[in-house]
Amino acid sequence: MGKKKLVMIGNGMAGVRTIEEIIKLAPEAFDITIFGLEPHPNYNRIKLSTVLQGDTTVEDIIMNSWEWYQENHIELFTGETIVKIDTDKKIVLSDKGREVEYDELIIATGSSSFILPVPGADKQGVTGFRDIQDCETMINTSKQFKRAAVIGGGLLGLEAARGLLNLGMEVEVIHLMPHLMERQLDPTSSKMLKDELEKQGMNFIMEKQTAEILGEERVTGLRFTDGSEIAVDLVVMAVGIKPNVDIAKDSGIYVNRGIVVDDFMHTSATNVYAVGECAEHREMVYGLVAPLYEQGKVLASILCGAETKPYEGSIVGTGLKVSGVDLFSAGEIEDDENTKSIKVHNEFDGVYKKIIIRDNRVSGIVLYGDTKDSSRLFKMLIKKEDVSGMTSVSILESGCCGGGVDSNDVAAMADDDIVCGCNGVTKGTIVEAIQSKELTTVDEVGGCTNAGRSCGRCKSQIADILAYTLGDKFDVAAEKTALCGCTTLSRDEVVAEMKEKGLTSIREVMNVLEWKQEEGCSKCRPALNYYLGMILQDQYVDDRDSRLVNEKMHANIQKDGTYSVIPRMYGGVTSAADLKKIAEVAEKYNVPLVKLTGGQRIGLYGVKKEDLPVMWEELGMPSGYAYGKTLRTVKTCVGAKFCRFGTQDSMGLGIELEKKFERLDTPHKVKVGVSACPRNCAEAGIKDFGVVGIDGGWEVYVAGNGGTDLRAGDLLETVKTKEEVIELIGAFMQYYRETADYLERTSKWVERVGLDHVKEILANENTRQALNARLDKTLLKYNEPWSEAIENKEIQEKYYQKREVPVLV
Amino acid sequence: MKMFIADYQSLPERTGQVFKMDGEEIVLFRLSSGEVRAIENRSPHPKGGTLSEGLVSGEYLFCPVYDWKISLQDGKVQAPDEGKVKIYQIERDKDHVFIVK
Ligand code: SRM
Ligand SMILES: Cc1cc2nc3c(=O)[nH]c(=O)nc-3n(C[C@H](O)[C@H](O)[C@H](O)COP(=O)(O)OP(=O)(O)OC[C@H]3O[C@@H](n4cnc5c(N)ncnc54)[C@H](O)[C@@H]3O)c2cc1C
Ligand code: SF4
Ligand code: FES
Repeated sequence: MGKKKLVMIGNGMAGVRTIEEIIKLAPEAFDITIFGLEPHPNYNRIKLSTVLQGDTTVEDIIMNSWEWYQENHIELFTGETIVKIDTDKKIVLSDKGREVEYDELIIATGSSSFILPVPGADKQGVTGFRDIQDCETMINTSKQFKRAAVIGGGLLGLEAARGLLNLGMEVEVIHLMPHLMERQLDPTSSKMLKDELEKQGMNFIMEKQTAEILGEERVTGLRFTDGSEIAVDLVVMAVGIKPNVDIAKDSGIYVNRGIVVDDFMHTSATNVYAVGECAEHREMVYGLVAPLYEQGKVLASILCGAETKPYEGSIVGTGLKVSGVDLFSAGEIEDDENTKSIKVHNEFDGVYKKIIIRDNRVSGIVLYGDTKDSSRLFKMLIKKEDVSGMTSVSILESGCCGGGVDSNDVAAMADDDIVCGCNGVTKGTIVEAIQSKELTTVDEVGGCTNAGRSCGRCKSQIADILAYTLGDKFDVAAEKTALCGCTTLSRDEVVAEMKEKGLTSIREVMNVLEWKQEEGCSKCRPALNYYLGMILQDQYVDDRDSRLVNEKMHANIQKDGTYSVIPRMYGGVTSAADLKKIAEVAEKYNVPLVKLTGGQRIGLYGVKKEDLPVMWEELGMPSGYAYGKTLRTVKTCVGAKFCRFGTQDSMGLGIELEKKFERLDTPHKVKVGVSACPRNCAEAGIKDFGVVGIDGGWEVYVAGNGGTDLRAGDLLETVKTKEEVIELIGAFMQYYRETADYLERTSKWVERVGLDHVKEILANENTRQALNARLDKTLLKYNEPWSEAIENKEIQEKYYQKREVPVLV
Repeated sequence: MKMFIADYQSLPERTGQVFKMDGEEIVLFRLSSGEVRAIENRSPHPKGGTLSEGLVSGEYLFCPVYDWKISLQDGKVQAPDEGKVKIYQIERDKDHVFIVK
């Protein structure tokens, strides 16, 4: 007997998920045909926000590739709309005149943006936020225009607004109600959200109703019902969605707000089903994927004749995908006289939590600023757990300020705890899949269980579960990360091969180790250049053209293609004569900005590339390497020479350290601070190396960082003399040079390998001496780069000249 | 129109050379293969910037300011980024490089 013909209208998230479930249950049961109005295969609509926000590309959000349809023998017609269903003859008709017969029909047409029916809504520059095309419209508009208005301060509106900010537009969010996201948040949390978004640069116009969209062909402004107006170039309507029910209605299928279905997704017509945002079940139309996927599962079972429980509706929880905002909401949001709620409002840390309890059961959750408890509380809400025996502390495990027990600790989770809310996947299911199918990556887990394949919020937790389930095996898998896309070898493997095979140039490394891209990329070239220089100490011939722009030019490129010039000022100490010289050069070359840097010296910014060598020559000072993966500055305090508290000569030691280590190539930049007493005016606690004078000695701190991830340095040792300080720093520096990944700061490296391990290595006197010997040998090879450029005409021509080509007429 | 722009020997391998011509900045790259490519000295990144100091690898250039990967053959920015750099046609005999406009 032939297979049954299954046709689906709509090629979106709920529909295709249903098909996936069908293929899993009964791969051979149907000949499947899908019609989709959009010209794309099924993609992750949820991620449009991230595409707009610039974090992902359209290719990255495709969920089912063209090949997937082929492999599963699905006939797919994209860019084709179904215009009629003949439920008697069991035929669908497309706008291209194609007729296809069905035995079973699924309507999965989703919904469309609701466009306010105000005059002018059809002008150019007015868009909804629903599909790839809408995103493209916004991205293209942002390239030409500046001012955007988003109508609607709900989830979609705020995600759109955040995206438009990222695209460099000025954004006004217009909201009818006095509070943002009033369906998910109470006034307190809504206010916190608004404050945060204002900080991020969003503007809000609250309690205004749009009356008209102004402009000729293109939108130029908005008028509100109170008569006021604003000027805008782009209007995004995010006031709501409207289920796509027209074809069902026109074909005589019963439609209310959505296409009405029973508990098995059956519509009023025989053999016709509806699933997703177009379906209305028990008077509910859902707009989030979790319930839609549940519907899809039930429908798939029905169609395949498998046993299934009826679909009885869902309770949904919501978050907002805007960075810097952590919120979760589910169930009721307002308390009344019959509820008892737990409220925590920690204004200092920006944390707010409200748990509404009705009849001894959690009936509503609003979390802002700390959502650690969300999955546990949400489970209590769904399961209608009786909480009468619990204390408020045990309900709100993570307490008032985000500390306390981390309920995300995967070991403590029960097997039926939901990890992926979008897809309803439990911890137990994930652990089972990892064990039975030997999975090792988050993507593989997604492939087998669907966890993490929608909004992606749960991926870090999936990674934790992988680590927890696999133990040591996971570490092996995680550690073997390739150096870059040009090779499958890891950093350690490459370095080992270099040493073992005696490789001496980048080209040789790439040949011998079979690089996939012949001349490498901007990740591996600088890294290999560094590793070779580190291994071959004074013999390696540096490949200047494998360094990135700043190190190649010995100046820091600015956004307009000019450069900065920052000469050394050892230990932050200068003289009147040097200051005069800097002033003269700055004046002579019209330097647009003269500034004290954050590293205790003077920077000249906005210098033309052609002027670099002459300016260096007239300054007559060495390069401060403010651009290099090398020693930057040594900041010092004034210390015992002048300060009444000073116990040591901090300036003297600082200058000595800067002179010793300058120009040395290191995996990442290295910064040093030297203070002469624990008041620590040189901020030595957040430097790669921090030295603090005490009575009769010095404390040496390591692995501090004042940058992106602030980290206080760890005390390595307390020593008596400055010679000991220098020897200790030298040994530590060389061990870091030899074992860290390229572009790994000392702070990250110490966290990875462990301070105790480094201490153990450095405890051995012989090792320390050997490390220092290799370091000193390496230090011999460096020349001062600015004077080299001044003296060497070839370097000047190759890197710093611009040639004029006379135009002959 | 074909215009002389530079002596082939004066172009160093894998380092961009900037030529100012009629108000435009053009960068010539001599690749390891010996071929010469010419592009406008302006990054297609929305924030702009120059390209002459980028890292050259085979037929590709890595933008010095935003690390975009750009094909020197057709000027196309490689995924995941998008954009296009203006390219110029080059002709060359043994010693001379010409630009064709
Ligand atoms: C010039 C200076 C700002 C200033 O005008 O004061 C500066 C400027 C830049 N910093 Fe910085 N940093 C400057 C002091 C600092 C400091 C303060 C300090 O050194 O005491 C820090 C925090 C301390 C630290 O690093 O631990 C700092 C943390 C960063 C970071 C974050 C590093 C991290 O590990 O998280 C970056 C990004 C990076 O290196 O990847 C960065 C990167 C940059 C770059 C090089 C970005 C770039 O690649 O273009 C900036 C170049 C601007 C330009 O156009 O020339 N800059 N930067 C300061 C130079 C000091 C000097 O005289 O050498
Ligand atoms: C920007 C954005 C962010 C979101 N964020 C989240 C989130 O964080 N979490 C969450 O759970 N949900 C989120 N959602 C909602 C989620 O994307 C939807 O609930 C889900 O996509 C609905 O699936 P569906 O299959 O019902 O409809 P859709 O995915 O819209 O698919 C329906 C498809 O059918 C096509 N179609 C319609 N009519 C016809 C016809 N007559 N003939 C042929 N084809 C037709 C449509 O063009 C569309 O491609 C978000 C949505 C958007 C737009
Ligand atoms: S760190 Fe100590 S010695 Fe140095 S200036 Fe401050 S108080 Fe004085
Ligand atoms: S929670 Fe959204 S993908 Fe898992």
